[in-house]
Amino acid sequence: MRVRFWGTRGSLPVSLTSRDVRDRLARALVVANGRGLDTLEKAQDFAERELGFPLTHTFGGHTSCVELEMPEAEPDEYFVCDMGSGARPFGEHVAARQAGRAATVNVFMSHMHWDHIMGFPFFGPAYRRGNRIRIHGCHAALEQAFRRQQDPPSFPVPFSQLAARIEFVRLTPGEAFALPGGTVTPQLQDHSGDSYGFRFESRGKSLVYTTDSEHKLDDQDARQRIVEFFREADLIVFDAMYSLAEAVSVKADWGHSSNVVGVELCQAARARKLALFHHEPANGDDAIERILRETRRLEELTRDGHPVEVVAAYDGLEIDL
Amino acid sequence: MKLGQRRYADILVLSPAGRLDHDSCETFGAELKPLLDDVVAGRRIVLDLSALEYVSSAGLRLLLLAGRQASEQGGKVVIAAMRPLVAEIFHISRFSMLFEIHPGVREALIATSPQAAAAFDLG
Repeated sequence: MRVRFWGTRGSLPVSLTSRDVRDRLARALVVANGRGLDTLEKAQDFAERELGFPLTHTFGGHTSCVELEMPEAEPDEYFVCDMGSGARPFGEHVAARQAGRAATVNVFMSHMHWDHIMGFPFFGPAYRRGNRIRIHGCHAALEQAFRRQQDPPSFPVPFSQLAARIEFVRLTPGEAFALPGGTVTPQLQDHSGDSYGFRFESRGKSLVYTTDSEHKLDDQDARQRIVEFFREADLIVFDAMYSLAEAVSVKADWGHSSNVVGVELCQAARARKLALFHHEPANGDDAIERILRETRRLEELTRDGHPVEVVAAYDGLEIDL
Repeated sequence: MKLGQRRYADILVLSPAGRLDHDSCETFGAELKPLLDDVVAGRRIVLDLSALEYVSSAGLRLLLLAGRQASEQGGKVVIAAMRPLVAEIFHISRFSMLFEIHPGVREALIATSPQAAAAFDLG
């Protein structure tokens, strides 16, 4: 099972500014001073080995879109969670791999807030005849949300003109749904208008995609349900948008969670890897890198014998389970 | 976990000992409630965390609610003498931005009430 992140930012897409790029370049030049980097190969090797992540990468970028390669699926079949703005590059990836062949794309929607559907009007495979797109979710208004965002005056191409065959599949929370060589099980989450996490299982590996989910710290029953949902998962893609202090004070009831709660839930569930996800759009790369370092430190400080590997998801990250 | 209590002049110093986690929150909250209910305008509670070994997200939230209740009654909860591990958790969770924090109980009392600091020095 391979997980590929096409969009990791919460709420709103962001990009580096030209000032950001110039400042990184200047900082890298200072570090490289006197290193004799007179070929592109030497410079690339230096950048890879000696410059830190915030100088050589960006967390990005696009809003939520996470692809999952199911090992027993047909080569023309794709699986993806949410259609945030990352759906645009994901669509390019599908088109390039298919090289003209028809594809089936299975979409699993956490909910229909704008940042989770905004990429669909720019999702190339939706415009190609012969493609099949199955949009799965637990919300009754799933189809309405996709149609409405393409209605005038919001977008020039109405949903009815999309050439692909598009179907909506209603899932039931708590009930496993069959996938090629595996299952997906939705779980109700605390978010305005409800959201759903998805636990994917295949060949003994498991991924939990859980974004836009607030965890009420005084609700032990809800906490235990989430711990069971996360139980011994290989990867938890977790909404870590806010600091804990924000999530329980000024941003309480905003429907998001924190890195601290992510660590605690993964430890309680004996999950193996935690990917911080749905990054706050106001946070730059340095801030996210700092949050990652602190989260790893917290995991180390509070570890009770079971290590949880912590990563911060970025656009382009691939994780093999 | 246990909750010790001392009073220096007009200041109440509370000393939770052990782990403040999801399992102990309810008991700790119940012990704290009557003490918070007694907070009057201008009065402070110093939380001496020198014997606190660990605090979870639920424990931090309980401390936030305590501070909020005290503020609503015109008082204040300040924090003192955190162990390094607890101080790191406060920093990582950004709870360090929500509380007035002092390195020790004496410093907290000096900042709060000269009479209480004098009483502390007298033992």
